[in-house]
Amino acid sequence: MGGLIYVLFGISVVFNGLGVIALIRFPDVYTRLHGATKCTTFGSIFTALGIIAYGFARGGAAHETLAIHTIVALVALLVTNPTGSHAIARAAHRSGVKPKGAVVDRLEGRS
Amino acid sequence: MIIDPITFFVVGACFVLFMVFSLIRVGLGPTTPDRVVGLDTMNTLVVATMIVLGAAFDEVVFIDVAIIYALLSFVGTLYVARYLEGGL
Amino acid sequence: MLAILVTAVVAFLFYLLLTLGSGSVGEWSATELITGAVLSLIAGLIAGRVVFSKKERSGKSHYRMLNPLRWLTFLVYLIGPFFFAMARANLDVAYRVITGRIRPGIVRLSPGLSTDLGITLLANSITLTPGTLSVDVDEGTGDLFVHWINVKDTEPTCEAVCGSFPKWARRIAE
Repeated sequence: MGGLIYVLFGISVVFNGLGVIALIRFPDVYTRLHGATKCTTFGSIFTALGIIAYGFARGGAAHETLAIHTIVALVALLVTNPTGSHAIARAAHRSGVKPKGAVVDRLEGRS
Repeated sequence: MIIDPITFFVVGACFVLFMVFSLIRVGLGPTTPDRVVGLDTMNTLVVATMIVLGAAFDEVVFIDVAIIYALLSFVGTLYVARYLEGGL
Repeated sequence: MLAILVTAVVAFLFYLLLTLGSGSVGEWSATELITGAVLSLIAGLIAGRVVFSKKERSGKSHYRMLNPLRWLTFLVYLIGPFFFAMARANLDVAYRVITGRIRPGIVRLSPGLSTDLGITLLANSITLTPGTLSVDVDEGTGDLFVHWINVKDTEPTCEAVCGSFPKWARRIAE
């Protein structure tokens, strides 16, 4: 059980780091949103899974409560994160930021 | 003890380091939406850190705060997005 | 009336989940049960009209999501195809971060979904799956505008971009 938790934490740290690197390296706001949203959501899911596994493996009322509350936090994160990124992307396009080097832009001219 | 309790602090320290990196993006810009993306990433990382620290200190309250933080930061992001669209 | 009741019951179940293991009446203490009942009734009175306010364009019932089969399908979708696509998306981002090989563009998709919930579910799935990010929605026709990081085709069909997700969204939320 301990090994599984270490692996889950390892995956979460790697993917959160990848998301931040994508945030720094990509050229414009839309591609940055790609990296930041996907990777940090995936990484945080694994953090939460690690804590859930820890809580149920430790046992006892206090640790099970911890695991259940973490499940609720995971659901909140999973619902709010993509919706927030959608809002930022739409706001960016409406405030006039063009996708850099875009091959095609079907949203051009609509508002 | 199933795992070494120091693990939680190591994972939390990694997340704090990532937050500093996303702060670089908030500072560099170049446009306002870029800064908002940096802040949004930081919010997700803060939630993850709070969950990890809640397990480290055996405090369920930390995780309750993380739930509320996730929902409130979502409202904040929507607010800023609305402002950028010019609808405020 | 039904709207208020449904909202209050859902809020109460949520409260029970958060206070699990607090006392001796079943798993809960009597104080928590009474507080939860009063608070969820207040929440239902305030939020019931908001949760079930908007008229659906398709004229479908608001209460179709009370069917547990839909939630079971949603759970299967979440653990199976969605999680797999998400893992693939992250490896895809890793590849593009390392090589820097991108060909971005915004394309228009017509998933053919009619309900608000279905479109929301599909848009969120698209955001978390390989190479795509939903930017805007045409509220009249339900068309999505999607930022695609590696454009292969400027007039793509929905299947080319998001695979089987519209089918799942139709099964869960229509």
